[in-house]
Amino acid sequence: MKGNEEQIHTTRKRERYRQGITPLKVLYTGLILTGMLVFIALISLSVGPAKISLKDILAWLIGYQSIDQTSWMILFKIRLPRIILAGLVGFTLSLGGVVFQALLRNPLAEPFILGISSGAAVGAIIGIFFGYGFTFGVPLLSFMGALFTVLLVMSISSRHGGLESSTLLLTGVIINAFFTAVIMFFVTTTSDSRLHSMLFWLYGDLSQSKYVQLSISLPFILIVSGVIYLFSRHLNLIVGGEESALQMGVEVELLKWISFLGISLIIGIAVSFSGIIGFVGLIVPHLMRMILGSDHRMLIPASSLGGAVFLIAADTLARTIISPSELPVGVITAFLGAPFFIYLLKSRGSQWTQS
Amino acid sequence: MDSELILRDVYFGYDSQWCLKGINFELKKGEIVGIIGPNGSGKSTLLKIMDGLLKIQKGEIFLCNKSLSRHRRSDIARRIAMVPQEETFRFSFLVSEVVLMGRFSHLGLFPFEGKEDLEIANQSMRLTGTLNLATRSIHELSGGEKQRVLIARALTQRAQIILLDEPTSFLDIRHKAEIFELISYLTLTQGLSVIIVSHDISLAAQYCHRMLLLNKGDVYKIGEPAEVITADNISRVYQCPVLVDNNPITKTPRITILSKRKRRKKEKA
Repeated sequence: MKGNEEQIHTTRKRERYRQGITPLKVLYTGLILTGMLVFIALISLSVGPAKISLKDILAWLIGYQSIDQTSWMILFKIRLPRIILAGLVGFTLSLGGVVFQALLRNPLAEPFILGISSGAAVGAIIGIFFGYGFTFGVPLLSFMGALFTVLLVMSISSRHGGLESSTLLLTGVIINAFFTAVIMFFVTTTSDSRLHSMLFWLYGDLSQSKYVQLSISLPFILIVSGVIYLFSRHLNLIVGGEESALQMGVEVELLKWISFLGISLIIGIAVSFSGIIGFVGLIVPHLMRMILGSDHRMLIPASSLGGAVFLIAADTLARTIISPSELPVGVITAFLGAPFFIYLLKSRGSQWTQS
Repeated sequence: MDSELILRDVYFGYDSQWCLKGINFELKKGEIVGIIGPNGSGKSTLLKIMDGLLKIQKGEIFLCNKSLSRHRRSDIARRIAMVPQEETFRFSFLVSEVVLMGRFSHLGLFPFEGKEDLEIANQSMRLTGTLNLATRSIHELSGGEKQRVLIARALTQRAQIILLDEPTSFLDIRHKAEIFELISYLTLTQGLSVIIVSHDISLAAQYCHRMLLLNKGDVYKIGEPAEVITADNISRVYQCPVLVDNNPITKTPRITILSKRKRRKKEKA
């Protein structure tokens, strides 16, 4: 009995922290997560087959010590672009997860589970197959693939005004099955030399990162996440249902179209550079929701930054765990994500499916 | 002009089958209007077209002397608030967060509430007796508490008109009475106009100034409760034999459903 009371007391305390989102609280949370981002990036910079210690990097950063040519090359031509790409992709996938969870009013929604990542991958593979460039053609086709899938999912969900977990999962399974078939078709009909890299890419491969990709994706990601953030209150309202959001003054159709286009765009770009990486948009938003509550004004920046931290950590693990060879990062996220997904489905599934 | 909302010859339907056929209605300032009628007679639909959630095919609706279709969504939200029958939040929000959502249409691009918004939300929670629930999760609340929170949210919208869609259907008699008391108190003190869809005919008759009886998308009868709730009207529209007499204390009409078997026994005797 006493334990119970204590528990109630601690929940109350946590809720008091959650009560009322102010710009200052969002800023503090953002700063904490940015700090974590810098920290994990520094750790990740120092990890790899070539031994460059964190102490040396820090000493170089504050101008205390110089660094030799090879180390410089490894740090800034190989590791740093990869870390930044991991951060951007994690940011994007996690943001996509939050937005889809709100729009579909289902906590299991996530770009990979819904088949949006596969849709983007099909677009990208068609681009690669026909020899379009990686800077423009492939991301564009990837975006179109993502948008097509989003519209498909939404058209299925719109009839019910929200998506039941079972419908959502079935839709995702079917879409994923179809797109996997398409991808396998292209992979098997392509010449052998490119086969291996493509298969690797399908499970999430961040090793091909270049600064030019980062400079293409960064402005889009910044603009889209900025616009989505302006709609964070709209997303709060839509969690209670489309009709009730409409009633309170949300232009629901406008919100949906902006979200679909924006999220498809950045997911398309992310997938074309990194392949299919699952579960990031599921794990991170849920952890953030447990800690910080469901208000999207807090949840969106926290999940996006958290997604970046998470994927940098996962990628660091992926490239060190079986060093000197590497795992696709999607393997790591799936190892962590699939059990988490089952846990969510088992422990909270019934609560979420009630209408 | 003290009509807040005017419906002129309004038609609504899907695939040329009219759910509502030529509805004429005016909502006056400070009145409570009850909408009653059998299932499928178009009560909820009528409420939704009044709020512009469904687009009408024929006729016109005026809100503040301006056609409803020419108002922006946020303009409507500042003038009309709707309390749904039930609302499911898929994610856990605190009661205070839900109530503050009502401020949506009053805020600009900057996505945070100011001091004034918090004050208004507090006041709404005080009026509805939900202030002590403020830090609880919406998922933990009982049906009656949740309904009061949704009413608090509607008050936070600071709209002159509140529409309620069967707010009492999942509640026990005490909570039903509390909701009606609250609505009546709010119209008196805040000068609101209220339209309430209800299946509790006798209860609604005690609180409503006027009642509207819908039958298959038509207004069968509109007027004071005593004019609308007659044994003849109710039995015909609901196709169910009822006894209507006056509540001895409030003098408002009340209905009693007559069970067939007992009636037959009595006739035999």
